[in-house]
Amino acid sequence: MDALSIAIAVFDSGVRLSVPLLFACLAGLWSERSGVVDIGLEGKMLVAAFAAAAAAHATHSAWIGVLAGVGASVAFALVHGFAAISQRGNQIVSGVAINMLAAGLTALVGNAWYSQGGRTPPLDGAARFQPVTLPGAEAARGVPVIGPLYADVLSSHTVLVYGALLATLLTAVALKRTRFGLRIRAVGENPAAVDTAGVSVAALRYAAVIIAGVLCGFGGAYLSLAQAAGFLPGMTAGKGFIALAALIFAKWRAWPALGACFLFGLLDAISIRLQGVSLPWVGLVPVQAIQALPYALTVVLLAGFIGRAIPPRASGLPYVKER
Amino acid sequence: MTERVSPGRTEPGGRRWYSIAAPTDQRDDDPRMTATPALAIELVGIHKRFGEVHANKGVDLAVRRGSIHGIVGENGAGKSTLMSILYGFYEADSGEIRVNGAARRVRSPGEAIAAGIGMVHQHFMLVEPLSVTDNVMLGAEGGPRLAHGARQVRAKLAALARDYGLTLDPDAVVGDLPVGLRQRVEIVKALVRGADVLVLDEPTAVLTPEEADGLFRLLRILADEGKTVILITHKLREIMAITDRVSVMRRGEMVATLDTAATSPAQLAELMVGRRVLLRVEKNEARPGAPALVVENLVVRDAQGTARVDGVSLQVRAGEIVGVAGIAGNGQSELLEAIAGMRPIAAGSIALDGAPLGAAERDPAQLRRLGLLHVPEDRLRTGLVPSFEACESAMLGFQDEQRYGAGALLDRGAIVAHTLAEMEAYDVRPRAPLLKTAKFSGGNQQKIVLAREIERGPKVLLVGQPTRGVDIGAIEFIHRRLIALRDAGVAILLVSVELEEITALSDRIVVMCGGRITGERLPDRTDERDLGLLMAGVSDRAA
Ligand SMILES: Nc1ncnc2c1ncn2[C@@H]1O[C@H](COP(=O)(O)OP(=O)(O)O)[C@@H](O)[C@H]1O
Ligand SMILES: [Mg+2]
Repeated sequence: MDALSIAIAVFDSGVRLSVPLLFACLAGLWSERSGVVDIGLEGKMLVAAFAAAAAAHATHSAWIGVLAGVGASVAFALVHGFAAISQRGNQIVSGVAINMLAAGLTALVGNAWYSQGGRTPPLDGAARFQPVTLPGAEAARGVPVIGPLYADVLSSHTVLVYGALLATLLTAVALKRTRFGLRIRAVGENPAAVDTAGVSVAALRYAAVIIAGVLCGFGGAYLSLAQAAGFLPGMTAGKGFIALAALIFAKWRAWPALGACFLFGLLDAISIRLQGVSLPWVGLVPVQAIQALPYALTVVLLAGFIGRAIPPRASGLPYVKER
Repeated sequence: MTERVSPGRTEPGGRRWYSIAAPTDQRDDDPRMTATPALAIELVGIHKRFGEVHANKGVDLAVRRGSIHGIVGENGAGKSTLMSILYGFYEADSGEIRVNGAARRVRSPGEAIAAGIGMVHQHFMLVEPLSVTDNVMLGAEGGPRLAHGARQVRAKLAALARDYGLTLDPDAVVGDLPVGLRQRVEIVKALVRGADVLVLDEPTAVLTPEEADGLFRLLRILADEGKTVILITHKLREIMAITDRVSVMRRGEMVATLDTAATSPAQLAELMVGRRVLLRVEKNEARPGAPALVVENLVVRDAQGTARVDGVSLQVRAGEIVGVAGIAGNGQSELLEAIAGMRPIAAGSIALDGAPLGAAERDPAQLRRLGLLHVPEDRLRTGLVPSFEACESAMLGFQDEQRYGAGALLDRGAIVAHTLAEMEAYDVRPRAPLLKTAKFSGGNQQKIVLAREIERGPKVLLVGQPTRGVDIGAIEFIHRRLIALRDAGVAILLVSVELEEITALSDRIVVMCGGRITGERLPDRTDERDLGLLMAGVSDRAA
């Protein structure tokens, strides 16, 4: 294979791998911009992946699967919201609880229903999302460089991939240009200012947490209905946490979040590509080292290469008026 | 023990405080008045508790339309709480709010805004990373899309700049603005929402005198236009200069409402501080020795750069108690904290036993080693850790001492035994070193702090509000201890807002107002009226 087609293949798989990160990252963005820290992205994606696979298996409809995934994820988001907003609990503890609950519950229910070691039965046909071909992709293939780039990297993905792009656009526009976005930005910085302006702090934060639930729902459904063909226990594999790293990397902004997630997705793709490859100078790279690459890069980037990343000032703090 | 002035009652002094009742007869014979009653705001029987703290105890307040109504009171008197209730930020436990004569439910700021009430909070309610336009628009965007609302807000900002001189750059980021302009953003926020009643909570605390004068001119214009202004401050000069009427709060109660023209700073100061039966403390003549603590031209600034202590010089000699009197919030706390090394000093010098303290020594731990010990004003915030066991609180700051165990490990037995001994000596009840600090009463908590500091054999002892929230028995005990300490040759600097405590304990009294010393007195050659004048900033030439 020539270098170009290798690059195109890696980019293509980078796009696929970055999609769940992007959904989760945008979910975290909404939640934290409103002042609710969410380390339960992982857990929400996991329940969504399971619910989506189970529903798709039962109904043979990928779309009903997505709906079920979103529903399950939103339910978990509401639990987190109740703990963090209404009960003014510790948001980290609540997030950890969500993650543990999700890991345990999906394995348990999966085993009870399907007896396949926690997996759902494999999905095919209409129960999965199939790639869509963008207009003109086949015709463009002949054009050098740009052609394959369009046909393979941009085109021929499932509709959820384009959904993630759309979600980024909507997030950016909503935050910047709408009343709701302004209020969300304000409530994450100084909830008392929002309160004294006559707007409910709790309602805003619940809205943000629900949006986070919906986005994690899409991310989870993507994992089990598009990337894989069914649910595997623990299939989120830390993506919720990488998404949080990407969120910091992107300094809580939507388009940079897209960039950060794509970077992490690309690294993941490269590490898969490098497995079993013998590099000049280095020789055969150990699989473990390659797999650790995205994580190592995360640490390095966060440790110093992105400048100061200042989170929304009120994030993580319950809004308490009376001591 | 405490004698309070209640509205409408004649006091032993023969003065009669006004009742706050509205002139109802006037309403009846003027038909226009019936249409728009003379009172813009009435608060009736407002109660509010925050846990243990009864912040508002049945407060009544009536504010006439088109007037500037001042509310004065010491820090913690409950002024902000009362106004936040009017603004719907807090919900009262009981009581009624009437707007334009009609009872109205104001249970959220949204409802207050709808009722035409606007408020500039003591701590600004701004979103610092957002622009002026965004901040003004927040909550009143006029539609789901921002662009439309932003255009309207810009037009309104321009109009306010034209009509009132409230110039603001609509695109400036609020976090980059100086405090004076941030306050302007807050005022503009209220005006843009069409406030008829504007509440300002200590607006001048962050302003220079010129800025304050500008603000007052604006308030007068607004009042002349028929808007009602409620101005909270504890600066009596401002009250006298700008208000039509003034209400005085003390310890959660409304003690009087007066026509400004018929009152004086001294009378207001007296009402704010309140008069209590004089405590008498047995004490001998002081035998002061060499100066132990010398403060010269001390300047302390807060985070905003405002001078809280503004060129204070004082001396405390060994074996004497110097009392700092003043209405709370006039720089006494900052003075104490600066001497104790808890606040940076902007200028001036502090010397201990004749040796000036360098920057390295002005550190609480170092100062303690040098023999300067400190009983802080706020025992629950800085003096103790409420959630710690009493024995842990009793060794805070001294945990490295040999007696609590050598090396890295603490000797729990020794800690408990030592605390028990201190509890014996200071009559702390119950004698329970393992009980949570928060479970002790205020007086006993204070004794734990006192014991801890005094047991280290201070050369200089700083004491802030030693008997705030302390029961009578403990007050006596604490006072006797302080006198005994003085007689043993310790230099004591006492800050208290309780005048009688100051006069009972001090060998010399200095009075602070607005960060400066306005006078110095000997306790047997002064009286409350005299001190009240100094506290109100009516400085004498001798100062
Ligand atoms: N949000 C709150 N939670 C608990 N206690 C409070 C709160 N706000 C005020 N307090 C207490 O209520 C009392 C009155 O405070 P405040 O109204 O701020 O007084 P002022 O404005 O006159 O200085 C104080 O003892 C204060 O500690
Ligand atoms: Mg206040």
